Amino acid sequence: MSKFKKKKSGDLPAISTASLPDIVFMLLFFFMVATVMRDSTLMVANVLPAADQVQKLDKKDRVMYIYAGKPSTRYQDKYGSGARIQLNDKFASVSEVAAFVLAERASKRQELQNVLTTALKVDGDTKMGLVTDIKQELRKVNALKLNYTTRLGDYAQNMD
Amino acid sequence: MPRRAAPEVNAGSMADIAFLLLIFFLVTTTIETDSGINRKLPPMEDVVDPPIIKEKNIFTVVVNKNNQLLVEEELTEIKDLRAMAVAFLDNGGGQGEDACDYCQGKRDPESSDNPEKAIISLKNDRETSYKIYIAVQNELVAAYNELRNREYLRLNPMDGMDFVAANKMYSDPRTDAGTKAKMKPKLDEVKQMYPQKLSEAEPSKTN
Repeated sequence: MSKFKKKKSGDLPAISTASLPDIVFMLLFFFMVATVMRDSTLMVANVLPAADQVQKLDKKDRVMYIYAGKPSTRYQDKYGSGARIQLNDKFASVSEVAAFVLAERASKRQELQNVLTTALKVDGDTKMGLVTDIKQELRKVNALKLNYTTRLGDYAQNMD
Repeated sequence: MPRRAAPEVNAGSMADIAFLLLIFFLVTTTIETDSGINRKLPPMEDVVDPPIIKEKNIFTVVVNKNNQLLVEEELTEIKDLRAMAVAFLDNGGGQGEDACDYCQGKRDPESSDNPEKAIISLKNDRETSYKIYIAVQNELVAAYNELRNREYLRLNPMDGMDFVAANKMYSDPRTDAGTKAKMKPKLDEVKQMYPQKLSEAEPSKTN
């Protein structure tokens, strides 16, 4: 009798949670490494137009971004509601685009300087006049590779 | 002095702290990559001697300030643009050395000679909306892709994918160099058959 009792007396040992922090830390480090923080806060409305014949824009280190659109509500009393260009963290005029591209190009590694792509993130409601002005500026500094960044969707979404 | 044993720090809340950090990074992470329509701008220097292009080899697309579409001087809906562009590019109306043996179009002598010579000219107004412009660009690229897909499938039936899928695989950094080297001539061949000749005129000023 005592023999059996001895076996039963040991309670089910609690599962050790000592390694739980390690597991969580491992996940944490993964996400810390994989995270790309948004480096510039958007100051313009940026609803991208839809398109479905798109190509992916891989390799973020060889892309420079130019934003354009109406200033967000917060900035509208200061900058008006006409479409503006945003470079890095501030509003810019068309004439500053060339300088921005040159500065951006100079900050990249030598071997990447000739393969840079300019991603135009332009709000769908912007007029083409502004976009054309940007394109002319880009041609002046020989930044000819261009990507009209869009969101995935049918073109018909652009019609309304 | 009596030495007191240092009390053990309770590490039970360590996991909670780590979880908190983890959730913060989970929320701020953006792994998705942007995608869009790639274009190449023409260089700035002016061509001294612009080549003479026959009127029938140019497919004019005009978007006016009211976002209306004029294709070959006729008011058109955007949904018809793709089919019209395909018909134009694939016409193959040329004779002799201009003949196009892979075209499946109507061979109308009034339309383009061959895809090599066919040029799509896109003109927009300064007041045109950007999203309409993108929609038009999208449809024109779609027309090229449709034809390229057809030819790619005809030339490489064993690949089991069309031009767009192959091009996507080719530009994927995870594809190894050997596969890329094998794919490049196939892609280039199809690109040569239907070269993307899309010319953008400077926009007209609104009066």
